[in-house]
Amino acid sequence: MASSANSDIALEVEEPVTQRSILDALEVRYPMLRGTIRDHQTLQRRAFLRFFACETDLSHEPPDAPLPDAVARGEEPFLIIGAIAGG
Amino acid sequence: MSGVRVLVGTHKGAFVLTADGKREKWDVSGPHFAGWDIYHLKGSPVDPNRIYASQTSGWFGQVIQRSDDGGKSWQPVDNKFQYDGVPGTHQWYDGTAHPWEFKRVWHLEPSLTDPDTVYAGVEDAALFKSTDGGKSWSELSGLRGHGTGPQWQPGAGGMCLHTIILDPADPERIYIAISAAGAFRSDDAGQSWKPINRGLHSQYIPNPTAEVGHCVHHVAMHPSRPGVLFMQKHWDVMRSDDAGDNWREVSGNLPTDFGFAIDVHAHEPETLYVVPIKSDSEHYPPEGKLRVYRSRSGGDEWEPLSKGLPQENCYVNVLRDAMAVDRLEDCGVYFGTTGGQVYASTNGGDEWAPIVRDLPAVLSVEVQTLA
Repeated sequence: MASSANSDIALEVEEPVTQRSILDALEVRYPMLRGTIRDHQTLQRRAFLRFFACETDLSHEPPDAPLPDAVARGEEPFLIIGAIAGG
Repeated sequence: MSGVRVLVGTHKGAFVLTADGKREKWDVSGPHFAGWDIYHLKGSPVDPNRIYASQTSGWFGQVIQRSDDGGKSWQPVDNKFQYDGVPGTHQWYDGTAHPWEFKRVWHLEPSLTDPDTVYAGVEDAALFKSTDGGKSWSELSGLRGHGTGPQWQPGAGGMCLHTIILDPADPERIYIAISAAGAFRSDDAGQSWKPINRGLHSQYIPNPTAEVGHCVHHVAMHPSRPGVLFMQKHWDVMRSDDAGDNWREVSGNLPTDFGFAIDVHAHEPETLYVVPIKSDSEHYPPEGKLRVYRSRSGGDEWEPLSKGLPQENCYVNVLRDAMAVDRLEDCGVYFGTTGGQVYASTNGGDEWAPIVRDLPAVLSVEVQTLA
């Protein structure tokens, strides 16, 4: 399960469902997203993108940490949000 | 009829400015890639309709864009810049070891002979090459791996490889420059490299005459004399007559020898242009007067060129890749400012006029001379 600001995308992801497994599946489905959400080489999240689920900011959680059960069950979206930066 | 196409990269998009050979009336196209940083655009000297652009943002990273119709339409080609092998470390600002991390492409240099071959200078400093029109990139890792890489340190703007010069007389010879590592040369098409910084003197580094560590801002060459190089260093304007093996200072009577941009007249290899900037902490022209300085003697003796440029209350900067010349008979000289103006002179710098006044901050200016 993945979501962006403008659209929802449903993905089949094997357990355990983690940030890494979701992004891996997303990049297989949409290869043009490789290198945009996370760096090609380090696989680190881009600084101005954030990950949320179940009203929790998961951006700084380890990429292999299991996501909430509701996300794994497909009941809640995993949100990839472009941060509003500036001032 | 001949004409020119000026490619302008800005903080919020790219603009394409075109005119006929008189360069009086300009058509402005853009913004292309609105809202994105466009660090650099450059056209192929073999096929002027082939243009490469570096599009980057803090949100979504790097994209290389390519046009095959002179900038009318664009297609993204690739965004994968992966360092060869284990990237290793360079020095961080505090002197500690810091892993090499790709951030963005600062400069694109199309091949002199093949429109599908293009080089990319990136931050953290490395040189990449594509031979398929930008669809895939591989690192020329002999540069980072030649030995001094772990000593390189970022300049204030990041550790960027910002200058790539291809020798028109020797396809094996490439010059590059990095802030703040210095200048380097390859004589085997990018496989192996050596620092070429002898004669540079930088008071702000622990060893002012070190082999590497100099903050080179830009290097220019006239294609008819590929062994003669001109450099705008952080402070000091420098010249080499032996392909970079030795440098001497030619700042002469400049009001300040700090600056970023430097270029050479299209038909007079001893005529140079720089834009003196007050200091490293005050990035604007001295006295609030925007002046290009021209030397007709290859350096040492400089004259201010101010006709048509603002001579009061001007506090813009001219960045390292934001000056270029065309190849028309009465050489046109162009530069862009952080205030969003692009100025042009159609008579070698004697008089200037703005082509546009209110673009976003200009990061780069390149010119194509069209048949």
